[in-house]
Amino acid sequence: MNTAINNKTSETISFWYDPDKRSILYQIGAACLFAFVAWYLISNTMANLERQSIATGFGFLNKEAAFEIGESLIEYSAADRYARALSVGFLNTLLVSFIGIFLTVILGTFLGVARLSKNWLINKCAAGYIELFQDIPILLQLFFWYAFFYEMLPSPRAALNPINGLFLCNRGLIFGIPQAHPVYKYMAIAVLIAVIIIFLLKKWAQKRQDLTGKAFPVFFTSIILIIGLPFVCWLFGGAPMDMSVPVLKGFNFKGGLTISPEFAALLLGLVLYTAAFVAEVVRAGIQAVSKGQTEAAMAIGLKPGQLLNLIILPQALRVIIPPLTSQMLNLTKNSSLAVAIGYPDFVSVAGTAINQTGQAIEGVMLIMIVYLIFSLSTSAFMNWYNKKMVIVER
Amino acid sequence: MELTKKNKGKVIVKPPISSIGIPGWIRENLFSSPFNTVLTIIIVSILWFSILPFLNWALIDSSWLPDANCRESDGACWSIISSNYKIILFGFYPQDILWRPITAIFLLVSLLFISRNRNYWNAFLGYSWIISLVIMGILLKGGILGLEAVDIERWGGIILTLLLSVFGLTAAYPLGVILALGRQSKMPVIKTFCVFYIELIRGVPLISLLFMSSVVFPLFLPEGVSINAILRAQIAIIMFTAAYVAEVVRGGLQGMNKGQFEAADSLGLNYFQTMRLIILPQALKIVIPPSVSVLISAFKDTSLVVIIGLYDLLKTTQTTLSEPKWMGFSAEAYIFIAIIYFVCCFFMSNYSRKLEKELDTGL
Repeated sequence: MNTAINNKTSETISFWYDPDKRSILYQIGAACLFAFVAWYLISNTMANLERQSIATGFGFLNKEAAFEIGESLIEYSAADRYARALSVGFLNTLLVSFIGIFLTVILGTFLGVARLSKNWLINKCAAGYIELFQDIPILLQLFFWYAFFYEMLPSPRAALNPINGLFLCNRGLIFGIPQAHPVYKYMAIAVLIAVIIIFLLKKWAQKRQDLTGKAFPVFFTSIILIIGLPFVCWLFGGAPMDMSVPVLKGFNFKGGLTISPEFAALLLGLVLYTAAFVAEVVRAGIQAVSKGQTEAAMAIGLKPGQLLNLIILPQALRVIIPPLTSQMLNLTKNSSLAVAIGYPDFVSVAGTAINQTGQAIEGVMLIMIVYLIFSLSTSAFMNWYNKKMVIVER
Repeated sequence: MELTKKNKGKVIVKPPISSIGIPGWIRENLFSSPFNTVLTIIIVSILWFSILPFLNWALIDSSWLPDANCRESDGACWSIISSNYKIILFGFYPQDILWRPITAIFLLVSLLFISRNRNYWNAFLGYSWIISLVIMGILLKGGILGLEAVDIERWGGIILTLLLSVFGLTAAYPLGVILALGRQSKMPVIKTFCVFYIELIRGVPLISLLFMSSVVFPLFLPEGVSINAILRAQIAIIMFTAAYVAEVVRGGLQGMNKGQFEAADSLGLNYFQTMRLIILPQALKIVIPPSVSVLISAFKDTSLVVIIGLYDLLKTTQTTLSEPKWMGFSAEAYIFIAIIYFVCCFFMSNYSRKLEKELDTGL
């Protein structure tokens, strides 16, 4: 029966009017057009590269980089290979993105809550901040903060000293840090152990509550664990109190930790700009939870802490997390503007490599691949999260 | 007993003086609880100690005239703007014929102003846009009608910023619609191309595309053919914006009721008729507000062309700042162009909010 109908359709409809066959034709046409354009561009490129005698391939990664990089998380010198120079840039991008995201989420949440405040003044201040920082290009803000550090701050000799041990001058932000001591390594391990214990404790407490109905004060125990364990570790390590305090020697500071003006300007610009967007996301998320939810929770006798943890946050976060991750990704992508103010992030290092080797195609490809990895892993996370968080409907 | 009597006699008791009028408003909005009172006091003191010195710096101690001696005063040096505004706003456009870009910008702004009102959105406005864009092009480029020709290389400052954003969006929008339709298409090959393109472009920063336009793109062209740097950057911006427009339009297409497609099918409309007459007019209307957001980001993103050395508003400002006479007055110069960007973006985002309210049909 079925075949009969099919036969009939293919007989009555001529080839050109059969949508299925036409769609195959369109697709072949599109693929051919694409292949032709690609062939044309590639052949032009090959001819141009040969004429200008530019090398191809990623062999240059093994050559000596022969340029210095201002700041680096790993050891690096001009004698190292391009591959190492690029990984320095990659780590710098990661560093500024991680710190930036952390600070942005804090500032953004704060502003988002302030935007909903019943206090008129705070509300309007937050609104003004959000409007102002959203409407000025991030690059202009970065230039402004860069100029702020280099032009408006005094020289090290006249450095601003708002808090004891913290100096602000045109060489950056310099502050005291604890002197290196082996005990700090153990303290870090202690924090890790505390996190694992808290995780297990939470599971156990949940199980016990499900079985017996008795609640366990997980939050307070967690705080005690996460502060207490490293503290005990520190006491056992002999309680080292030595600080490495910055001291003015000659024209610059010695000791302490220096945050370069480039890094500080980049971080400040990115955080202030992105926080304005995050604030809007947070505000929308909180407003998305209807008032009835709060009232219902209060009616069944939940405490304010439980109300926030069990009712408001799970619903608000479902709305907040997707746009929040895309803002985090935006911050990471915007960190590529570091190249404009001279902070050696990945794009900046790759740009130098392009200038030196002339291998523009490979350089731009590397930049694109690195950022694609960031965004693809973010969207993988988002898919996982959305699947986990999807509302179970009856 | 007393109360009932009053109620019967309908004596209207006014609320206490402390809960109405200005004192009531202040009480309710600034001092409603001890916590709010503390916050209000903190904010007021912060504003007092930051705004006052700033106003003092910006307005009272400042120098405004082009020939003022800024190095001697503590205040802001707005002289950097008054003596260099021609360079900052128009780059290296010949200074004796600045009336041409000014007229062009005036034309653009008045058209934008008229287009704000949706009652005027008709074919006539569309044609006037096309004609005006041609007139603007002639005014800027010259070379005919007795106008002195000006090389595109010399277009700078706000002209370049507006050029990149206006042409960027007008070209990116149709491209983005096509990409969005391609992404929704049932043909696997075309769908793959579109998904690949959109995700690739949205995954990378604009600066990598601009790098590509400045260093890789020349390699793509056959020997002897070269394209102007501004045009190359324009292509990069169009390619970049199109991917974002595509995602916005896709949101609109997904929001369409399935019944609309079925109704079009049952009327016997083919794919192009369905899209042109039924789907796109509705879908594009839904996505007007997010499109304005894309326009705002595209406008702000044009400032990135500084990095590949084009003389947009930001670069001309930096050129001025690199002159020894004006070195060290970055704050004033950057504040000036920040105001320009802010005013433009503020109007656009306000407009978008207004549209959102108007177009909200409650569906």
